[in-house]
Amino acid sequence: MNMELIQPFINSLDAVISEIMGCSARIADVTMEQGSYQRSGVAALVVLSGDIQGRIILDMDEAAAGQAASDLAGITGAPSEDTAREIVCELTNMVIGNSVTQLNDRGFKFKVHPPVLFMMDVGPNGMLNAETVLLRFDLPKGAVYLNIAVHDTSNALVESHA
Amino acid sequence: MDFKPLTSGEKPKIRFLVVDDSVFARKNICKMVEAFGGEIAGEAGDGYAAIAKYNDTHPDIVLMDITMPKMEGIEAVEHIVHDHPEACIVMVSSVGYQDNILSALQKGARHFVQKPVKPEAFYEIIRYVLSEHTNPSPDTPVEAQS
Repeated sequence: MNMELIQPFINSLDAVISEIMGCSARIADVTMEQGSYQRSGVAALVVLSGDIQGRIILDMDEAAAGQAASDLAGITGAPSEDTAREIVCELTNMVIGNSVTQLNDRGFKFKVHPPVLFMMDVGPNGMLNAETVLLRFDLPKGAVYLNIAVHDTSNALVESHA
Repeated sequence: MDFKPLTSGEKPKIRFLVVDDSVFARKNICKMVEAFGGEIAGEAGDGYAAIAKYNDTHPDIVLMDITMPKMEGIEAVEHIVHDHPEACIVMVSSVGYQDNILSALQKGARHFVQKPVKPEAFYEIIRYVLSEHTNPSPDTPVEAQS
């Protein structure tokens, strides 16, 4: 997978976590996946269509979701399931939205669909013609996972370097 | 941080309609609005609901998300401004690329704020939009927050 497509998502996750949670997100692991995705905690999925097609899953483990709830909503202790889901969806919205802004300004035209909760324990697979990258980011408390399966259907990247 | 309560002309409190498909985001924005001394006239979770709520409540200002199910924010702006040219709408979205901002402004939005929203910057933008709304100056360009 072209890392130039992935980098904006990494940058945005770090920027949003830094802004919202006041800490940095350190990349702890990067793996290429072939099979279906195994959820670790509370996860949201966003579908992209257009010059870039695919889907991205943002998954927060329990500790990270609890910290986000505390930082975003002032909730002390473990957040309710509904609150944790809302917070992960909103964080996903911010991370993907900021990434899309960077990619769009580089010439890619595509549509972002609203985040939906990813409730299955396992699945879905990546997409045909697209490898899936799984990134694990360590936070001071817990971890966040970005599972990215996207591919470029245009020549925007090539043109932007011409 | 303390904010001087927002005012516009003779109105004691500015009434806001907050539109976002995320309940959490709406609550967060509502909290900020209340910290600014504003009043929540209504909330909506998609473009259709926003149009209906606008017609019911006639708020002073609308804070509108872009990416939403059923009807997106930019289309809702077009409908609201078509029926209410005086409507004062600020886009609040994480998707802040130039095409999107231009499209929203062309449809009649007054400004654009990118998420995550910083309260201090948000307050200043709302204050600016309200002052422009009360004393419009056609030569003053509307610029998006970077």
